[in-house]
Amino acid sequence: MFTNIDWDVILRSLPYLFFDGMRFTVTLTLLATAVGIVIGTVLAMLRLSNLPGLSLVAGSYVNLIRSMPLVLVIFWFFFLVPYIGQWVTGGSRPIQVGAFWSALVTFTLFEAAYFCEIMRAGIQSIPRGQVQAGQALGMSYATTMGYIILPQAFRNMVPVLLTQTIILFQDTSLVYVISVTDFLGAASKIAQRDGRLVEMYLFAAIIYFVISLAASRGVRRLQHRIAIIH
Amino acid sequence: MSYNWNWGIFFQLSPDGTHTYAQLLLFGAGWTLATALSAWLIALTIGSFIGVLRTAPSPWLVRLGNAYVELFRNIPLLVQMFLWYFVLPEVVPEVIGDWLKQITNASFYNAVVCLGLYTSARVAEQVKAGILSLRSGQRMAGLAVGLTLPQTYRYVLLPMAFRIILPPLTSEFLNIIKNSSIALTIGLVELTAAARSMQEFSFQVFEAFTGATVIYIVINIVVVNGMQLIERRVAVPGFISMGRPAAAH
Repeated sequence: MFTNIDWDVILRSLPYLFFDGMRFTVTLTLLATAVGIVIGTVLAMLRLSNLPGLSLVAGSYVNLIRSMPLVLVIFWFFFLVPYIGQWVTGGSRPIQVGAFWSALVTFTLFEAAYFCEIMRAGIQSIPRGQVQAGQALGMSYATTMGYIILPQAFRNMVPVLLTQTIILFQDTSLVYVISVTDFLGAASKIAQRDGRLVEMYLFAAIIYFVISLAASRGVRRLQHRIAIIH
Repeated sequence: MSYNWNWGIFFQLSPDGTHTYAQLLLFGAGWTLATALSAWLIALTIGSFIGVLRTAPSPWLVRLGNAYVELFRNIPLLVQMFLWYFVLPEVVPEVIGDWLKQITNASFYNAVVCLGLYTSARVAEQVKAGILSLRSGQRMAGLAVGLTLPQTYRYVLLPMAFRIILPPLTSEFLNIIKNSSIALTIGLVELTAAARSMQEFSFQVFEAFTGATVIYIVINIVVVNGMQLIERRVAVPGFISMGRPAAAH
């Protein structure tokens, strides 16, 4: 038990693990969160709107994505994104976009569905009277949303959005299935190259654990600080 | 789009020589359901136990329950899958390790244990929330009429708590079905892996993934409707019935 363990392999690969692997993981998490929240908010507003066509499309998109496993969505977009690229640029052949862009598009569009549900709950948590008050003052829909509803909805939902971001941080490890070198991918490559599966996977687990635990503790503190009483 | 669609591919023979591609996907779906259902048994059993522990009067039991939940919640499921599959056989005594490596269908059993424990932490969170949402008077009333604490849990608190948390448990059950796809990384040919191998053999990427997607959607619809049926049957008159499953993944 634990014979033949070489902890030195971790030390030797630290720069690769963090500067290559973790940087990819964090970049992907942050970009997908930022863009995902924007798209998710738009989807939520569409879902709650009175525009019958658009609200149906947004709702169907969200339900479709949420009924699929992330691994399948990653495969879908891995093969679909080149064709989308071709369609957007009007080229004659599918465009090779590279692993990073493929992963970014996938996670952004996947998370947008989950952020949509969070923002929808946030918008619905604001009493309807506020919308009517805005309208009574002569504000347009955009002004009411932008200045009154969304800032409060967003504030109420910050802890949930952040918790979702921690889940996303863990979920980015699934880019493994398209052989992208994120933090786990880097650990896995070294593990296979040096035959050090035990050391590398345990180390990866500890790092994910420490970061996620610290982040979720932070979120819990924030939750107590920013809670608004209605 | 310069892509050659061929929906007939589902009825063509797959490389195994006896089954069509459609059958290949259905076998995958079978493994998905077998994995999810077996793991769900573990998740529900251990999750309920840990959830109860976290509402126990002893602070040490509560801490133990909390530590369990934090451990399984803060490590990505894929990493946990690797820990069970690649690391565990190496760190246990050699005899057990060798035995673990030789089990037939090892990836299935690994996936079941891994998914089961991972989901048990999430079930524990719901069970705890369910118990805490009951008024403290219920516990006191149970104790006052002479029930022991375990009896109070068994006959008073848990029957109500489980009814309250049925919608989030439905979400968790849907999650376990979706999460079982991660077992493809350790070689389990469940639905997503079946679609992937169909794509590799037939080169019909989008047909293969569409097939898998449709099956996932059907499973989803069946589960959601089934659970709503159960919800209505077990509803306690006088308590407002709960809505649809909440968002989670």
